[in-house]
Amino acid sequence: MENQDLLNQFQQKIDADIKIEPKDWMPEKYRQTLIRQISQHAHSEIIGMQPEGNWLTRAPSLRSKKILMAKIQDEAGHGLYLYCAAETLGVKREQFLQWLHEGKAKYSSVFNYPTLSWADMGAIGWLVDGAAIVNQVSLQGTSYGPYSRAMVKICMEESFHQRQGFEIMAQLAAGTAEQKEMAQDAINRWWWPSIMMFGPHDSESAHSNQSLKWRIKRESNDALRQLFIDKTIEQGHHLGLTFPDPKLHLNKETKHYDYSPINWDEFWNVVKGNGPGNKRRIRHHIKAHDDGKWVREAAKAYAEKINVKKKSA
Amino acid sequence: MANDDQGILWEVFLRVKAGRPFKHVGSLHAYDKEMAMKAARDLYTRRNEGNGIWIVKAEDIVSSEASDCEAFFDPSDDKIYRHPTFYKIPEGVKHI
Repeated sequence: MENQDLLNQFQQKIDADIKIEPKDWMPEKYRQTLIRQISQHAHSEIIGMQPEGNWLTRAPSLRSKKILMAKIQDEAGHGLYLYCAAETLGVKREQFLQWLHEGKAKYSSVFNYPTLSWADMGAIGWLVDGAAIVNQVSLQGTSYGPYSRAMVKICMEESFHQRQGFEIMAQLAAGTAEQKEMAQDAINRWWWPSIMMFGPHDSESAHSNQSLKWRIKRESNDALRQLFIDKTIEQGHHLGLTFPDPKLHLNKETKHYDYSPINWDEFWNVVKGNGPGNKRRIRHHIKAHDDGKWVREAAKAYAEKINVKKKSA
Repeated sequence: MANDDQGILWEVFLRVKAGRPFKHVGSLHAYDKEMAMKAARDLYTRRNEGNGIWIVKAEDIVSSEASDCEAFFDPSDDKIYRHPTFYKIPEGVKHI
């Protein structure tokens, strides 16, 4: 049992919105929850580079290629901010990667879906990044200082991602019949995975209550999902495209959009590793990491050589 | 993987523009200071966030301890005469 006084003091700080910093006392479960959540978030940024990397060499113009490159570079940066935040909890970078490679750590399931056409770059930016932004804006208020600061920086950079995605969709929607069809197909495939990104319903979410009490999360999965749906449907109207949900409609009483039940069997199936891309994503990450081994070794050897030179000079 | 070395942990400080103080923005891994500096530029100044960078090895930072922070900062608690509001100034006196 952890000291009840410490626990009470901790909760008082949380309730007063005083951020928890790395050296402060924290309950072990708070630490473990953050290690799991922040590293999962970091892995998502890094694995999320893969579906987009798939289209880098086939971007339709130099402009779109440069933009996509900048976006992927941002995602690498976001992954690094988050790994650093997670490391302040006492776990080493190498360990996080090992857990990812062993399948012990998860990343957002949405990145296990394939990117079949250029329109998917639009749908990912608009829908997947859009959903991520809703979640991340909320997480700026998380109680753990380093996580909160990483979120603030990430949110500042993310809005470009969503706008570039929407621009692609708008261009295609205003194009030829075939281009419009491409855009519609992308929405059809990415809509449900995007709204699943918010995780299980509040009633089914294993970690939610404690996380809300400790203000690791500030809003529930369902509240964030609704926020995303409401604003995204409005944006979709401007494209003249539809969403693949016949039951989607504005509920005049609640002033929110109602939607069909989510296919949670598909969600859990992908979480458990049976999605279209799970194995490929991890295999690719391991390969990239292994291929970079000689670079890390060379950089280390070089640093050691410089140190020796300095000492003997 | 166990001996897969990711380099030294560095803390990064950024100056937004000349005349402003350097402020902590985050950390990164690199093997030497040259690499750390380039990584800091790529990681923390992709959008003109600053024109000055400091990098410091995390292990070289000396920090006050959170656990005894109350006692440590206690000496300044009872010296309210260090604040301008402590002093009574006759009415009508201006610019002070």
